Amino acid sequence: MSVPTKMERRDFLKTGAAISGGLLLNLYVPDWAPARAAQSTSQPVALNAFVHIGSDDLVTVISNHSEMGQGIYTSLPMLIAEELEADWSKIRVQPAPVAAVYNHTVYGMQMTGGSTTTSSEYDRFRKMGAMARVMLISAAAQSWGVEPQSCRAEKGFVVHAASGRRASFGSLADAASKVEPPKDVALKDPRDFTIIGKPLHRLDTPSKTNGTAQFGLDIYIPGMLTAVVARSPVFGGKVSSFIADKAKAVPGVVNVLEVPSGIAVIAKGFWPAKLGREKLEIVWDEGPGASISTVGMREQYAALSRTSGAVARKVGDPANALAGAAKTITAEYEVPYLSHSPMEPLNVVVDLHDDHCEIWTGTQFQTGDRAAAATVAGLKPEQVEIHTTLLGGGFGRRANPASDFVTEAVHVAKAAKVPVKVVWSREDDIRGGWYRPMWYDHFAAGLDASGNPVAWTHTIVGQSIFDGTMFAGFGIKNGVDAASVEGAADIIYSIPNIQVDLHSPKNEVPVQWWRSVGHSHTGFSVEAFLDEVAHAGGKDPYLLRRALLANQPRMLAVLDLAVEKAHWGGPLPPGHARGVATHFSFDSYVAQVAEVSVEKDGRVRVHRIVAAVDCGRTVNPDTVKAQLEGGIVFGLTAALKTEITLDKGRVQQRNFNDYPMVRMFESPKIEVYIVPSTEKPTGVGEPGVPPVAPAVANAIFAATGKRVRRLPIKPEDLRSV
Amino acid sequence: MISFTVNGKAVSVADPPSTPLLWVIRDSLKLTGTKYGCGMAQCGACTVHIDGEAVRSCVAPVSRAEGKKITTIEGISPDLTHPLQQAWIEIDVPQCGYCQSGQIMSAAVLLAENSSPTDTDIDEAMSGNICRCGTYPRIRQAIHRASEIKAQRGAK
Repeated sequence: MSVPTKMERRDFLKTGAAISGGLLLNLYVPDWAPARAAQSTSQPVALNAFVHIGSDDLVTVISNHSEMGQGIYTSLPMLIAEELEADWSKIRVQPAPVAAVYNHTVYGMQMTGGSTTTSSEYDRFRKMGAMARVMLISAAAQSWGVEPQSCRAEKGFVVHAASGRRASFGSLADAASKVEPPKDVALKDPRDFTIIGKPLHRLDTPSKTNGTAQFGLDIYIPGMLTAVVARSPVFGGKVSSFIADKAKAVPGVVNVLEVPSGIAVIAKGFWPAKLGREKLEIVWDEGPGASISTVGMREQYAALSRTSGAVARKVGDPANALAGAAKTITAEYEVPYLSHSPMEPLNVVVDLHDDHCEIWTGTQFQTGDRAAAATVAGLKPEQVEIHTTLLGGGFGRRANPASDFVTEAVHVAKAAKVPVKVVWSREDDIRGGWYRPMWYDHFAAGLDASGNPVAWTHTIVGQSIFDGTMFAGFGIKNGVDAASVEGAADIIYSIPNIQVDLHSPKNEVPVQWWRSVGHSHTGFSVEAFLDEVAHAGGKDPYLLRRALLANQPRMLAVLDLAVEKAHWGGPLPPGHARGVATHFSFDSYVAQVAEVSVEKDGRVRVHRIVAAVDCGRTVNPDTVKAQLEGGIVFGLTAALKTEITLDKGRVQQRNFNDYPMVRMFESPKIEVYIVPSTEKPTGVGEPGVPPVAPAVANAIFAATGKRVRRLPIKPEDLRSV
Repeated sequence: MISFTVNGKAVSVADPPSTPLLWVIRDSLKLTGTKYGCGMAQCGACTVHIDGEAVRSCVAPVSRAEGKKITTIEGISPDLTHPLQQAWIEIDVPQCGYCQSGQIMSAAVLLAENSSPTDTDIDEAMSGNICRCGTYPRIRQAIHRASEIKAQRGAK
């Protein structure tokens, strides 16, 4: 990362001024809200784009990453506070506006995703804290007429030990903001860390226990109406004609307007808008999407999986090795479309004017959304302001490559000519597409006479996520979408002959990254098939993995830790069994051991999941544990509960009654163990997800002898009576 | 007009009587701590108390509130001192936080009726509330902790 030059610094300050100038999201808190102790009483001064300090000593950290539950509104401030020598009780956090200075250090645009927030900001945020500290010390030294080297910062003060003088950060902020930023700064030796690595409490927890945490749905601006949109029941369909008379007759409905995605009903609140939508009479031109059925897709995918596709990885001579193997096994695995279903349904508030547009939404994708909104509004991107609210869950859905929910809302505002909040119902969400792709995998493995795998071929079938997006050039090489084969082409097991190839059929169903993306299916298929290989070769699944990971010390340590904590091989209650899986994703190493039992009626009970993770150096270990816990429950829902299916192009699920989530009574005991590391930080938001399903499926095999090759796991397949 | 009290304050609303209480609380009264999640009593994000009973406000018509005492998340304590709030903060339960108002409102009724719930009691009382972030293990731990905090306060 480059330390800002003088030119850049002017931009930093401009951005800072903009933030302090009345655009804080919190200014939009309704007047009923309890007074917030956290509110700064003075105008904070920008020391750089990320660190603002008020005369009341409050340090405001500007977060360019969105908080959707992963805890970065705490861990990013921890990075700054560590180097700033701030008083942690004075730290506040605010979402950043959209500006180039806030771009992701790797992706080059402002966005949150790929489990990269900590890894990508670990250096920059510490440097921003350190630079601000140097400027505060410099301002103090100047006013005291002493050498900066004779001063130090501690707990929110600059101290000159020789004279006993102390000045608070707040009293120095104004002068410090006029100091030339240092060209370079030295960062602390990690041995001196007092904040990084400590399980500090989250800054956002209190507001999430008394109703004051503000999500997009909680934004109300003057004159705002609420809109819901009737979208095509078939993906890719268009409005042919519509009659709005009955909808307009619903009390509270103000207007009914056509927008590119369907028919918008605009009303004085969500309820009349929803009632009005139910009264719409729409004729759809459904288009080719109306012929899609998942039954038909499954046949097509299965046939494709038995032919070779675009090669993603080839090692050795797998065809020959298979032909010469002492034993070969084949198997096919499949997983369905999945909806992200964050608890907060999608919503966007738009206040559109001739020369500017303000948008309030919980987005993971600020730069893309701003550009897309500007195009629809006929404005320049700089004329569009996005206020990022808290996200009531994201899981990838709120980083839409087509900015679908934001552009639609701008279209509605443009047609309605009033400020609008477009709200998606749960049915809209579950039937709205942008799913985790449906996948079908065909495997073959060859074993030598000792039962060791010598050949491994894996053909994957599923829609490309990157295809047709602005990331296609980055994500697709030689016909292979990296997101389709991640976790498969890059398996870290030592097998001498490997081929992984890919078919990417197309259809009208829009697909998107879903927590752990391609790993959400390869984690399952690879780890479950490896379990089959172990049993075919007469080997303990744990010991076979150990042998194949001999050159992977970090994964080996994670596997050994999980197995030890789970008492692999130890006694269990009758009917219980264990399964193990590992998975490397987002540069992190995770192993999980599941303990399950299967009822006579086929219902699976998951009693305990033990997870071990190596994600490099941890910034907040409690957050790491929380993300693994959450990833495990998220993965369990995919393993045991959910699927999106289509018939005649129509999604057959609608709400949590038929797209059910794991609930409290089904939630297992979860233990998470972190392998201490001094390596650079890596992802934690997603890597907890992939190993759950295979660990459970492998445990089911151990308990029942029945092999699960299809998710979600269905009781009817496991029934023993 | 339909009249009731919300968090101790008398209110009268002009919404049609069949309007779900959730949307009256949110869109008319602008009390946004109560959340919309599913609209069909599947997820519990909209849980409020009507005369001390946990109710899914997304399917309860506002007419049902006439003359009743409604409590929302904003009303369970003025200053984060409810044992559940203390426990939630101590254990850092929330992730995205969106479902947590409903979780706390369901747990509050459980604790009011059963000051030391077992895991089975928690399963029964809390299985109507979905958390997509998967905070269930911490919710369970925090309810046990809140029970302790409540007992300690009672002993003083």
